[in-house]
Amino acid sequence: MKKVDCHHSDFLGTFRNVAVFMALILLSAVTGQLHAQTQNSVTASDSTATRVMACTACHGERGQGSGDDYFPRLAGKPTGYLYNQLVAFRDGQRKYPPMNYLLAYLPDSYLREMADYFAAQLTPFPALPKPNVAPQVLALGKRLVLQGDDTRHIPACIACHGASLTGVSPDIPGLLGLHSKYISAQLGASRYGTRIANKSNCMQPLTARLSEADITAVSAYLSSLPAPANPAPAPAGSLKLALTCEGSETK
Amino acid sequence: MNKPSPSEECRRPWAIASRSMLCLAFGVFALVQGVRGQDASIIAKGEYLARAGDCIACHSNPGDKPFAGGRAMETPFGTLYSPNISPDAATGLGAWSADEFYTMMHTGRTRSGALLYPAMPYASYTKVTRADSDAIFAYLKSVPPVHLQNREQDLRFPYNNRNLLLGWRTLYFHEGEYQPDSSKSSEWNRGAYLVEGLGHCSMCHTAINALGGSSKSEAFQGGLIPMQQWYAPSLTSNREAGLGDWSIKDISDLLQAGVSARGAVYGPMAEVVYNSLQYLSDADIHAMAIYLKALPSTGDTTPPNEVQTQDKLRLFPLGKKIYAAQCAMCHGTNGEGKGWDFPPLAANQSIQMASSVNPIRMVLNGGYPPGTLRNPRPYGMPPFAQQLSDEEVAAVVTYIRTAWNNHGAAITAQDVNALRSAPLN
Repeated sequence: MKKVDCHHSDFLGTFRNVAVFMALILLSAVTGQLHAQTQNSVTASDSTATRVMACTACHGERGQGSGDDYFPRLAGKPTGYLYNQLVAFRDGQRKYPPMNYLLAYLPDSYLREMADYFAAQLTPFPALPKPNVAPQVLALGKRLVLQGDDTRHIPACIACHGASLTGVSPDIPGLLGLHSKYISAQLGASRYGTRIANKSNCMQPLTARLSEADITAVSAYLSSLPAPANPAPAPAGSLKLALTCEGSETK
Repeated sequence: MNKPSPSEECRRPWAIASRSMLCLAFGVFALVQGVRGQDASIIAKGEYLARAGDCIACHSNPGDKPFAGGRAMETPFGTLYSPNISPDAATGLGAWSADEFYTMMHTGRTRSGALLYPAMPYASYTKVTRADSDAIFAYLKSVPPVHLQNREQDLRFPYNNRNLLLGWRTLYFHEGEYQPDSSKSSEWNRGAYLVEGLGHCSMCHTAINALGGSSKSEAFQGGLIPMQQWYAPSLTSNREAGLGDWSIKDISDLLQAGVSARGAVYGPMAEVVYNSLQYLSDADIHAMAIYLKALPSTGDTTPPNEVQTQDKLRLFPLGKKIYAAQCAMCHGTNGEGKGWDFPPLAANQSIQMASSVNPIRMVLNGGYPPGTLRNPRPYGMPPFAQQLSDEEVAAVVTYIRTAWNNHGAAITAQDVNALRSAPLN
């Protein structure tokens, strides 16, 4: 009797164990599923475009710029230039609090990826508002941009930024597709030494020689120019530069 | 007989001598290497601990040479400038001894005996062991020296009188190394040592009163960080960032990767993860998670008052419309988020806290979680300050605080306006 009981209970015991085991598996499968439901495992698209949505809210979906005067076009600017600006914003050398804040804790490799992404966007240029200045102001701007002013040792913009003003790879930015207020703010900031991308500042000695009137004229003229036929920057080394900027905007 | 020739006889002692010289040289070499190896391992340990203590965040300016100090820290009492802790003999720690360094960490007194301002978290660092303090000191002595004179502190009267700190210390400073709690696991104790000691988490996560002190009885109950205008949530209340119902994995992910299935770090905590926590070992992060999860849970928030209920009824429909147009694409129609990439908003504690400072600032300023070893390419939230009015931000923040069974209260356009000028760095 005892023996049978024992066998019986052994059998029952085993059965119970198996049943408990099965129940546990079922339960864990169910809770696993519940867990998976509550713990959302959906991830975002792995593209850079999705990762830079924090940028494109202001700079345009593909970095083409926006109607706001102070959110510049990024698309198609040379990647080295964009990277240097991102690093300068992150480390606080170039000061604009919303940008300083956004980039503060991002590593170099990621900033490089962002720069490459926007450099590769050759999107159409937006229509800019016509500058509301007198013809002689535009004429002065045109002269400074295309010829410079030898008497004041001011080289022409095209001497470094390329004949079509779309910049030169990898570090010299294009000057088209930007609002005149933005250009004038950058030239002003450069003149006062607050727009710095690296220790030495290539543009600063030049912009220091510009008057308020020069800055207004250059900004107005640049913003009045039509979109370039080819928005890509000139290839590296294709232009003999008017001045060399050792250690400035280049790293 | 193979008797050695006299010349060989003569040579042999030389041979023996030179062999023993060689042996001795090898011995000395091995000994030196051993000492060097020991030094190297202490320095490596010190580097790790210096990261756990986040020394670099205050003692360096971003992009400049590390540990040179000079970083300005705005406080309610004036501006403090962190000192140079690089090993420069004239301007840094070059002339300090390990004893002096430990005394500073442990008692909050400089070499000269002057009292340190509690911007230096010595109320936490006092818990650091002598061995760990020595390792950090060895590491700091090994980094490149930077010759940079410390700046004078710029505090208003009467705070510029360091002797006043005696009173502060009586109230808020309890000297003493960490004492393990034998009733708890070694892992819990390791977590407690890191959180309460080098991690100096209580500097932000415990409310700071008008005297700039943190009360021990309110440890980890959260508070607004002075000047920075970010709210450091309570680590004890489950209505805030209390971690009682978080999994250890999610807490660990948040601390080490900066993102988790429950939410991401932002604001000043992004800095902590970027400079410090991402470098800690899995074991130490796990220990911290164990300790944080076990913190006693405190405090319940009060239900919304009549004004807040009316505000909610008024703002909710506009908020819902803005959410659908601007937020749902990433955070999901029902606030479910997308894993690590876009944090969930439904049941997300950090947007429902009594203080609405953080969700308002996230909508105004956006932000990237820190780029970390485990999450080097984080997804970012765009700023909306340039796009939405105060009323619209109030509406969408009210919506996310109250939709999907979230239990936050409505906010007002004035709450938003007050934060438009909050400092961004």
